[in-house]
Amino acid sequence: MRPLTVSRLLIQCLILAIILFCVMVLALKFGAIHVSLYGLGRNLLRVFLGKTSDIATEYSLILNLRLPRILLGAFVGAALSIAGTSFQALLRNPLADPYVLGVSSGAALGAIFALLVEPHLALPPEIAAVFTPLGAFLGAAIAITSVYFLGRRDGRIDSSTLLLGGVIVASLLYAVIILLLTTLPSSNFRGMAYWLMGDLSGVPSRPLAWVLRIGFAVAAVVIYTTASDLNLLLSGEKEAMHLGVDVRRVRIVVYLAASALTGLAVAVSGSIGYVGLLVPHVMRMIYGSDHRILLPAAAFGGAIAVVFADILARTIAAPSELPVGAITAIAGAPLFIYLLRRRFA
Amino acid sequence: MTSAVKSSASRATAEVTRNTNEPRLSVEQVSYAYAPNPQQAPVFTLEATSFQAKAGEVVAVLGPNASGKSTLLQIISGALPPLSGRVLLNGNVTHQLEPRTRGQRIAMVQQESQLLFPSKAWEFVLQGRHPYGKSLRFESDEDVTIAQNALAQVGAEHLADRWMDQISGGEKQRVILARALAQQPLLLLLDEPTLHLDIGAQVDLLETLRRLAAENRYTVVVVTHELNLAGEYAEQVVLLQKGKALRVGPPASVYQRDLLEQVFQTQLTVETGASGRPRVSILPGPQ
Repeated sequence: MRPLTVSRLLIQCLILAIILFCVMVLALKFGAIHVSLYGLGRNLLRVFLGKTSDIATEYSLILNLRLPRILLGAFVGAALSIAGTSFQALLRNPLADPYVLGVSSGAALGAIFALLVEPHLALPPEIAAVFTPLGAFLGAAIAITSVYFLGRRDGRIDSSTLLLGGVIVASLLYAVIILLLTTLPSSNFRGMAYWLMGDLSGVPSRPLAWVLRIGFAVAAVVIYTTASDLNLLLSGEKEAMHLGVDVRRVRIVVYLAASALTGLAVAVSGSIGYVGLLVPHVMRMIYGSDHRILLPAAAFGGAIAVVFADILARTIAAPSELPVGAITAIAGAPLFIYLLRRRFA
Repeated sequence: MTSAVKSSASRATAEVTRNTNEPRLSVEQVSYAYAPNPQQAPVFTLEATSFQAKAGEVVAVLGPNASGKSTLLQIISGALPPLSGRVLLNGNVTHQLEPRTRGQRIAMVQQESQLLFPSKAWEFVLQGRHPYGKSLRFESDEDVTIAQNALAQVGAEHLADRWMDQISGGEKQRVILARALAQQPLLLLLDEPTLHLDIGAQVDLLETLRRLAAENRYTVVVVTHELNLAGEYAEQVVLLQKGKALRVGPPASVYQRDLLEQVFQTQLTVETGASGRPRVSILPGPQ
């Protein structure tokens, strides 16, 4: 018997943080402009030392353009992975993920709706900045609520009905999104279509960036406080209840927080698919299904996965860039099929 | 002795002194009904049922399928609020207990424990310590000791490092029981724990329950289909049919041939076995 200890948890997180750092450095190196690792290290050091005036043009370009994008990718990956891990535990379904369940589509629709409505409302700038993520959060929350009730039969969650419900909700929402997009002028259409497929090129404004940071921190911490309750929920709501879990409270809190994470991620990057499905699975193979370690591991893993996918998105067809969501979907869909077949074999 | 063990021991002592005069578990006129949809009249799945049990006592709930056995157990556990009546555990209404407090006092062994992702047996048993944990619930050394003791009490120490999906049905049932023991409950509830077990494992499980109830002063309520095992190991039997408690009492008074034939719709004989307990034999052919 060797239960999880705080020190073991911290060591594992440190290892994952180091891997994430390395992938981020690689992501800084690769792209349309090539730079050396040595130059990158030297110039990063200058930034840390506050000597920004000594930085060469190409490096300042990289640090101003590439770095925010990489940080955004890491944030989005972590948010989607934590959301996916939570949905899988709550719904007792290893194939659940914000994208498959239609939560991302709900968030996208909410975000688009907010974008279309916002210019007509004459909101003060502080509220305007959070209007899109708020719309995305509401869209995500409504989508997961509908899917949850669609998947419920005789008071219990039925796995296949739930997934089908998710697929149907997603396709319905997608149709509405396309309808809304056709009302846009064609110059905006390409940008929106890119965003829908998952795109990290739009770096959020300063107030929005703060909303993302605070929202992410609050939602992630809230979900983490339920980590050991989620462990028990894996054996069913009834069992969890008999072991002292306040199932109703955990369910509401985690659904809301996971919807918030999905909403935040979608508001800035569109729907990047399969990260929330694939990453928790890989992390579960490595760390087991104890959510006290699985949740942080999935957060780091998701960050690593999206930053890595973004390297591919920026280099495969350089100098033009692909939407990162296309890369994650191409990698994720076959794995999804593999998991589906293994489960129902 | 560690503080957790100490506090539970002092609680147990308090219980024993308290229970010399009064019952620990008191089921008072509980009933339950449910309506399939709002238009239809509600169907009673359990009509007013009462019984009492002391510490260290084993109560068996018997009856054919759909007689309300599991409903009664869910109500006792506090998971299901009764339509009328109440269940008292040491004077507290069970369904009004805080989830954590309930987890510390009542342990439930379900018919089947499904695992979404496999875990090791020791991890499973440690889950029983959840109601005692602090905010993030990293298990303490005491928790580990208690879990190890629980495994030892059901004779399953050797299974600690095995995966739950790679052990036999009987072994799995013992590990599930160990998790319930790790909760250090006052009341231990079991819903058809012998369902998937062979006869040897069934006897083994009930022997273990009998011993645990005596040693740890648990009150045990077990739902079962096994008339003879219930007659042999229970102090009290609650006989249910179609949501009605037909008779409550010691096995010898409940096991009446006419009554059992009527409830189970089959011909049978009731004899007194070597242990002085009633023994039921099913006679072939329709009634």
